[in-house]
Amino acid sequence: MNKKSFGSRLVAAPYIVWSAIFIVVPLIIMVYFAFTNDAGSFTLSNFAQIGKFKKAFGLSILYAVIATIITLLLSYPMAYYMTKFKIGHQRMIMMLIMLPMWMNFLIRTYSWITILANTGLINKFLSFLGIGPLQLINTPGAVILGMVYDFIPYMILPIYTAMSKIDNSLLEAASDLGSDSWSRIRRVIMPLSLPGVISGITMVFVPSVSTFYISQKLGGNKTLLIGDAIEYLFNTGPQYYNVASTLSLILMVLILISTLIMNKFGDDEEVVI
Amino acid sequence: MFKKILCITLGVMLTISLCGCGYEHFDINLESEYTEFAKEKGLVGTELNVYNWGEYISDGSEGCMDVNREFERLTGIKVNYTTFESNETMYSQLKNGGVSYDIVIPSDYMIARLISEDMLSKIDTSSLSNYKYIDKKYKGLFFDKKEQYTVPYNVGMVGIIYNSALIGEPQHSWNALWDEKYRNMSLNFNNPRDGFMTAQKLLGYSVNSTNKDEWNAACEKMKQGKDVLQSYVMDEIYGKLETGEAAIGPYYAGDYLVMLDVNPDLRFFYPKEGTNIFIDSVCIPKCVKNYDAALAYINFLLEPDIALANAEYIGYASPHTAVVNNPDYCYYQNEILYPKDEDMPDVEYYHDLPEDVRMHYENLWLDLKLY
Repeated sequence: MNKKSFGSRLVAAPYIVWSAIFIVVPLIIMVYFAFTNDAGSFTLSNFAQIGKFKKAFGLSILYAVIATIITLLLSYPMAYYMTKFKIGHQRMIMMLIMLPMWMNFLIRTYSWITILANTGLINKFLSFLGIGPLQLINTPGAVILGMVYDFIPYMILPIYTAMSKIDNSLLEAASDLGSDSWSRIRRVIMPLSLPGVISGITMVFVPSVSTFYISQKLGGNKTLLIGDAIEYLFNTGPQYYNVASTLSLILMVLILISTLIMNKFGDDEEVVI
Repeated sequence: MFKKILCITLGVMLTISLCGCGYEHFDINLESEYTEFAKEKGLVGTELNVYNWGEYISDGSEGCMDVNREFERLTGIKVNYTTFESNETMYSQLKNGGVSYDIVIPSDYMIARLISEDMLSKIDTSSLSNYKYIDKKYKGLFFDKKEQYTVPYNVGMVGIIYNSALIGEPQHSWNALWDEKYRNMSLNFNNPRDGFMTAQKLLGYSVNSTNKDEWNAACEKMKQGKDVLQSYVMDEIYGKLETGEAAIGPYYAGDYLVMLDVNPDLRFFYPKEGTNIFIDSVCIPKCVKNYDAALAYINFLLEPDIALANAEYIGYASPHTAVVNNPDYCYYQNEILYPKDEDMPDVEYYHDLPEDVRMHYENLWLDLKLY
């Protein structure tokens, strides 16, 4: 590879400065806080405290895994059928998927409250039919639903991109060689769309596992996910920044490990993220 | 039957509409006094920075008096009005410096902290011609025993609000929030101090306990009740109680009166175990730049007509005797804001607690949420 010219370095400079200030420096600060006490001297005692956050970590991972699986099961067929439409219609569908993202995700989450609430739309409709009110809000199901709804575009789009890149002649060749439509999907489309699936899983799992607002609004502030715990600690006062940073650091390491494991499944170079 | 319902509805609507703002019959004879004072002291054209809670002054909306504009009109002093959301935000703003406020209106325990850290200027109450209107029982409270730093502005007490269309009248006890009958219908505060207060009162402890075992016991009590609760809320309680999403929850009496306007089925009581009371008072911080104007502003807030407009707009109880005894006041002899002596619950103010106790209960709150 050629040595980069001065010009191209100059073009990259603002980006490097930007990443240094807004990504690297905050990370260093976080690591620093994680390994010090509030007087600023080195300690590992923050890590001794994380035992009590076991349940929060466990729930966060569990909910995020379930949300990711549901999102995948919904998105994969969706992306597949999208590719069957005319190009113009595909763009249209893309836009419809993106449309909710034009709104702030806090507002989108909030609107689920009015749908799921005991006096909400669904329960009003059910009581109209004579079915007793169902407990929908303040349940784990509501939290997972919120995650699925908020993050599903991040799953559909990479899978769709991967699928639309599959050359149609490969599918024709498979048919010529005697594949029925199911084995075409299983032996051609699935392997070739795998990179999209891997990116999709990462892009849904990571925000789900670290989210903090959804569980507060749809879970009734009763179950604390790890993101909520970090938020509470940071909001309560500077004396909690250290433990909060330790939790953030552990969360980041967990995410990093799971991303690495996921990438092992795919062909390394083709993974979009 | 239909006529009966109509009558009741109209009656209710009438009562509600009575408590709008009564600006029309506002008669102001203060012109000369304030105008001359401002001229004499050379305050015309100067600025006054006021830092107050949000929604905490009659601001001219819905035909009410705009207190700040009136003050500007009379004195020619420009009022820069900014708001805060919590005592802690206000404290860190003042503490960090770089700001200059002439008036702040914090709550009791925060005033105690401000005084102990020498962040307030003294106020000579004898120079305030209207200080005499303040009810004796709100003078010289624990945070300002010698009446040197504060002028009371508003008083509030926590009680329990419930929806009489959804549930019968509960026993007048904090225990209602633990009652299995109201599973998934009850709410509690979503912050450690107020949340634990409900358990402390139920267990008969002081809200200012420095005994960590008592805080632990309160936390255990809260854990027992967590499964029954629908959710922990702060301002969301308005929507939840007004729509019937939840049936019972604790909040401030003044806020209950606001909710009652929206949902006439709501009822209110003070639990028999006693409750928390707060008082917000007007103070002059050390960073004051326009001291004379600040004094004039405080005296202006105490003018009977101004205090009345504020009391009607804010809806909390007023420590101002001329307001409380004014038959035209829309909450005149309101049993919830001004309970008769025999109905008055045992009340306790929050005090500023030592740092280690504060950290202890903040950690307990986390334990409760993680539980």
